[in-house]
Formats: sequence, structure tokens, C-alpha cells
Amino acid sequence: MAEGTIDARLDLQGISKSFSNVQVLNKITFKCLHGEVHALVGENGAGKSTLMKIISGVYRLDEGKLMMDGEDRLFNSPREAQAAGIAMIHQELSLAQGISVMENIFMGHLTNHPLGLINYKDLASRTLKLLAEVGLKGVRPEDIVSDLSVSQKQLVEIAKALSLDAKVIIMDEPTSSLSMIETENLLSMVQKLKQQGISIIYISHRLEEVFQISDRITVLRDGISVGTWRPEEVTPAKIVALMVGREASETLPVFHECQKDLLLEINDLSRPGKFANINLSLCKGEILGISGLVGAGRSDLALAIFGVESKVQGSIKVQGRLITIKSPADAIKAGIALVPEDRKLQSLFLGMTVGENIVIAETEKNHSFATIDRKKELAVSNGFIEKLKIRTQSSQQKIEYLSGGNQQKAVLAKWLLCNPQILILDEPTRGIDVGAKEEIYLLIQDLAKQGVGVILISSELPEVLRLSHRILVMREGRMAGELERSDATPEKVMLLATGQNE
Amino acid sequence: MGSEIMNKAKYRSPFKMFKELGILLALLALCAGLSIASPYFLEGTNLINILRQISVIGILAVGQAFIIISGEIDLSVGSVLALGGVVAAEVTAKGVDPILAVLIALLVGGLAGFTNGILVTKFRINSFIVTLGMLSVARGITLLITGGMPISFNSVASFLGGGYISVIPVSVIIMFAIVMLGHFFATRTVMGRNIFAVGSNKRAAELSGINVVKVKLINFTVMGILAALSGVILAGNLLSASPSSGSGYELDVIAAVVIGGASLAGGEGSIIGVLIGAALLGVLRNGFVLLNISAYWQVVAIGVVIVAAVGLDQLRKH
Ligand SMILES: Nc1ncnc2c1ncn2[C@@H]1O[C@H](COP(=O)(O)OP(=O)(O)OP(=O)(O)O)[C@@H](O)[C@H]1O
Ligand SMILES: [Mg+2]
Repeated sequence: MAEGTIDARLDLQGISKSFSNVQVLNKITFKCLHGEVHALVGENGAGKSTLMKIISGVYRLDEGKLMMDGEDRLFNSPREAQAAGIAMIHQELSLAQGISVMENIFMGHLTNHPLGLINYKDLASRTLKLLAEVGLKGVRPEDIVSDLSVSQKQLVEIAKALSLDAKVIIMDEPTSSLSMIETENLLSMVQKLKQQGISIIYISHRLEEVFQISDRITVLRDGISVGTWRPEEVTPAKIVALMVGREASETLPVFHECQKDLLLEINDLSRPGKFANINLSLCKGEILGISGLVGAGRSDLALAIFGVESKVQGSIKVQGRLITIKSPADAIKAGIALVPEDRKLQSLFLGMTVGENIVIAETEKNHSFATIDRKKELAVSNGFIEKLKIRTQSSQQKIEYLSGGNQQKAVLAKWLLCNPQILILDEPTRGIDVGAKEEIYLLIQDLAKQGVGVILISSELPEVLRLSHRILVMREGRMAGELERSDATPEKVMLLATGQNE
Repeated sequence: MGSEIMNKAKYRSPFKMFKELGILLALLALCAGLSIASPYFLEGTNLINILRQISVIGILAVGQAFIIISGEIDLSVGSVLALGGVVAAEVTAKGVDPILAVLIALLVGGLAGFTNGILVTKFRINSFIVTLGMLSVARGITLLITGGMPISFNSVASFLGGGYISVIPVSVIIMFAIVMLGHFFATRTVMGRNIFAVGSNKRAAELSGINVVKVKLINFTVMGILAALSGVILAGNLLSASPSSGSGYELDVIAAVVIGGASLAGGEGSIIGVLIGAALLGVLRNGFVLLNISAYWQVVAIGVVIVAAVGLDQLRKH
């Protein structure tokens, strides 16, 4: 390669890593230059996050060498890596829920006062500047993190990484929960950081982004580095082929007309402070997309339909019958399922096995003292592991040790197993790789064909446009408009979402 | 694709395979040591004596394990125990059928536990605080009932605490029955698994349709019933119900649960582990008596064992 070692900010040589005798990284060589945006791509479970966690001091490498600015380094903790100028935005959000935004951003370096006193005024003003930089509006420095939406939390994580004045910033799927506008903003911020000479390692399953901003792209497959290319040397299709190790077959988008039988009717649903006067209807076999910006109230609406939020006014009818949903259990009984947006906080039982995570909602339908049929559970969960290609040692593996995308697949499996009539998906493909995404799209369309009504909330506009029969757009807790499939375009959706059409 | 990587995954360290193994080995080592140090240790009467002594803590620890696995804690077990014993004795003394009196005591214990549960779930008060309050209230009521004096408890129901079937004390049989039932419940029923789920991630449990309030209410109520039952056993053993019985038991019970591998953060623990934990504490106590070591050292040693057991468990996990 042309670039000499002097230019390399980070130089990884022959890195290997195993977890309980399973080799996850195999002699990886990876170089990141000064002021370079280096994208890292690969299938779910390829080892991207693990490699980054080695750089940022979360894991120790088994074998190999980590050089920074030409020096041999070994970080024993994230703190040491930070001190050396490496900041990482983790794939799973890791903010402290109970404290304020500013305390989270500056955690670990709140003050350098000799007595440890904190100047909150100064902290708040520095926080405001960072929040503006990442484009997070409507959040105050003193707001408590647990009150923020997932995408807002994501932006706070990014602000936190910026606050470290790092030389290298690792971004592990930073846009997986961001909508178009926030993503654009993030990408231009990455450009600015790059101009300041900061190196960025950028992990994403959204290849358009990768091609838009990266100087070089490295592909990982099964813990092996397949190679590094400049974006102009390859195409997205070629990258996908390199990721999966074979030519990807183009699946043609199929589409079917939905039936006209009304499945779900929502009248005048409101939740003070979150959303107001929402009306919507969903037919059998229909896929209804809901689009909108961060904080538009889409996830709150989903939670309200599912019986999580209290103080909800308005009525919900399922198949023409008025029903009261006071808890998720009621919703499930009415045939509704919800895949919530934040898998770590709202879905996963980290200490339990993959199998237990898959069957938990389904078994809850039995009476409480029912005994567990282990054989059946094993068969069922193995079925899903195969069907969704969940990469795990076995169904008895703790779900904590699965990669992000594979955890997401297990969460999907949990709700598919419940055979819902109405399936609400909130960012269903968050963190899922390109190939698996296609398969999940087919799965969703297949369910719809069988008569399931699907509400699809997604910040990925292409996903919504491709799958939905109709698209509702929300803005600031209200319905901003409705678009039929035939006349929905990205521009029209964005106009409604931002309110610039008025 | 990744199958090649995955196939290597079959090997699992035996240490991780059976997570109670470490503590079981510790118990066996202690027993081996004691049997060398004292010829009496392995005698049948001594072993049965140990079992009888741990039966009350063992029963309480099963209930406490479920509570701790669900992410809560119950500090009131010792006081509810005393209340249960005293109610059974007092009601019997009033001329009520002794069996019925025991059932009334269990009901009172269940009510105390249910109250804990309501305060924790509906009023959202931290269980540490709620049960600290109940610890005081239940003890106070016990003192009010008895006027501070023990009440004689000598009826057919004393059989639960003092009786034998062949050479085995009835209380030991009760303990094993409850441990077995608890183990089955924890590992084979939907409700048992839901308890783990609630402790592991309460929010996710709710969103999976699990009735978190119900899970916790059942847990606290069962704990109350088990505490009252322990009180009846203890009173039956001594033929008298003392208002001060069971004080300080909460710490032994929690110790047995955490030594047995449960995490105070919730979501983790096992009933078999709890039994081994209780046995370890019992054997340790017995050993001090046999070896004629000052009871004060025993207090020190138990503290060390609790911290060491949990510390070793952490090492095992990482
Ligand atoms: N702590 C761990 N213990 C055991 N196995 C692990 C652990 N962390 C990761 N793995 C395994 O290592 C492999 C790589 O995981 P990693 O999280 O690096 O994947 P990834 O490329 O980031 O995937 P994704 O796109 O889904 O985020 C996975 O098969 C995962 O199950
Ligand atoms: Mg990852």
C-alpha cells in the first residue's frame, strides 16, 4: 500500500480474539490514517464491534499489535484509550439513564476543580454548544436521559464522544436510529471532524452513507479482513458480495394489494405532552408506514396502542370491536404485537438464553403455573434461529453475547412466534445487515399477504417507501399528512415531516 | 458461512456448566476437613442435627431467593416468622383447633407479605424500605400480642417442628419438599421463568406481556407464608412461641441466597444453590461447636464466607 506508517494514526497488525474458544477475529490487519473516514462493513456477527472494542480498551486482544501514531499501545480500559485520544460511540446506547444530559456528556471529566466542585452553568453552556453541533434541538442540558427517545439518546452519545476532543472517533452504527435529516447533519459533522484531522472509523449497514462519506472501506467477513478499497474502486453491490462471500442475487421487490377489511381503527388518540388527536385505520394485509423526524411521537404512539402509556385518551377498535388496552398483556390478547425501538432497554433479557428470549412472550399466553415444554421450546427457537439465520452458538447461548444485529433478529422472532394479527414494528431492521434486511422485508410482506396488518415505523425512508401501502407522516405529535403509495416520494415525505409545505 | 466458527463452540468449561459446582465443592471440602478434625462430625445424629438446624433458614431462603431473583429484597422475614409462631400459639391457646390455628398463622404471614407486595408494586416504594418497615411493624405486633412473654405451644401442630418420621425430623422433610417444589417452580414453570425475566429487565418483561405486579405480589405473599410456617416450626421445636424468635434471621437468609449464586441485581440465582448455601452456613456453625472454638469467631467466619463466596463467584464469571 502507498501510505507509509507515519501517516497511520492507528495501525492494527494481525489482531485475533476468541471468546470461550470461539474465534471471533482472525489476524485482522487494519489501518486508519490521519483525517481519514474509514468505513468498516460486514454482516451481522462479522466482528466489527469486537474489533472496535479492542481498539477502545473494552476487550483485550489475544494476539497481534495495536500501534497508534507509530507507537506500540495496549489499552487496558476505555479510560486509558480515551486518555490516548480514542472515543467510541457504542452500538448499544450506554448512557446513565437517571441523570442529566450534561452530566452524561461530561461524565468522567465533569470538573478539574481541586475540590471536585462542578460549575453547572459552564457545563450547561458547553453542552448546549455540543448539542447544537450534533443537531439535537428541543433537549436541554438538564433534561434527564431516561425521558429522551432512542434517537435523541443516540445524538447525546455522539455529543459525548465529541466532548472528549479525541484524535480517533469510532462510530458503531451511529445512524441506525436517526432519520434522514439527523443523518445528513451527522454526515456533514463527520466531514468537519475530518477536516480538523480527526480520524473516524465508521460502521454502518447503510451503504449509501458509507459511499457518501468514506475515504476507504474495509470489509470484514467471519472475523477475517477481506480487504480495503476506495469507494470509487467498488460498487455497493460489489461490497455486499464481498460481505457475504458470493454474488448477491438481486431480489425483486414484490408487492401485493391489501384487502379492504378494517382491522384496526384508532380515533382521536391523545397522550398529553406526547401526541394529540391521532386517527388511523389499518386493513387486513396492509403495511402502513409511519414516518417523521426524531421526536415526532411515533414510538410513543406505538407504545400507547400497545397499552404501555397510561393517561391515553381516545378509542381503539380491533375488527370493529371497541377494546380497552390497559397493559401489553391486554394488547397481546387482542392479537397485537410490538417490536419496540430500543432492544437493550425494552426487549432483551441479557442474562437469559437466546431460546428463552424468543419464547418468553408466547409462553406468557399460557396460564401462569403452566409447565414449560422444553422440547417444544428448543424446536421452536431452533426453527427461528435457522429461518432468520441468527448467528449464535446454540439456542442455549446467553443473548448478551450475540452481535447487535443478531439480537435484533431474536427480538423479531419473539413477536413473530406470537402469531399476531396486528404487528407494530418500531425500527425493525435497526442494526441488521443488508442481506438479512432483504429477507426480513420479504418476511414482512409475506405476513401481510397472509392477512396480518403491519404498522411500520422506520427512520429509514427507503424502507418505508418500499414496503408501505400508505404512509402517514407525523410531526410534533400530530398527523401531518397521509400519502398513498403511488404518490409517495422522499421529497413529499420530508416536506410533511419538516412542515415546510405550509 | 459462519458454521465453521460455530462448530468449535461445543466445549464448555465444567465450571460454567454447573454453576453451583464451586460452592458445592466448598461445602464438600469443609465437610471433609471437619470429618478429619472431629470424629463426631460424620455421626448420624450430628448430621441430622445440622439438617434440623438449617431447615428454617432453608425454607426462608427459598422464598427469599425468588424475591431476590425478581430484583427485590425482603428484610421482614425474621419478624414475620415470630408473628406466625405467636399467632399459631395464641390462637391455639384460645381453644381453636391446632391445625386451623396453623392455617390462620399462615394466612397472617401471607397477609404481611401481601402488604409488602402492594406497597412495593402499587405505591412504588423501594422494597428495602417497605420491608424494613414491616420488620419493625410485625415485630411490634408480635410483642403486643404476647406482652413480651413467650407463649406455650404444645399441640399436635408441634409435630411440624419437633416431630420425627423414623429418624428424620419433620422440619427437614418439609424443607426438602419446599426446596424441590421451589426448584421445579423456578426451572419448569412459566411463572418461575417470568420471575427471572422480571429481575433481568423489568421494562422488557412488561412489554412482553408479563404481569410484573402479579409476579411480585405472588413472590412477597409466598415469602410471608413461608416465614409464618418457619415460625410454627420453630415454636413447635421449642414447644413455645417467643416474640423475639427469628430476629437477625434476615441476614442469614440473604447470606444463604447470595452464597448460593443469586445476584442482588436480580435475574440470577438458583434454588439448589440456596440449599447448598444454607447447608454451608449450617456446617460452618456446627464445626465451630464441635471444635470448641469461641462462638465469636464463628460470627467473624460467617462474614468472611459470605464475601468470599460472592467474590469467587464474580471471578468465575469473568
Ligand atoms: N462477549 C462475547 N462473548 C462471546 N461471544 C461474543 C462476545 N462478543 C461478541 N461475540 C461473538 O462475536 C461475533 C462478532 O460479534 P460482533 O458484535 O463483533 O459483530 P458485529 O460485526 O458488530 O455485528 P453487528 O452488525 O450485528 O453489530 C458474534 O458471533 C458474537 O456472537
Ligand atoms: Mg456490532
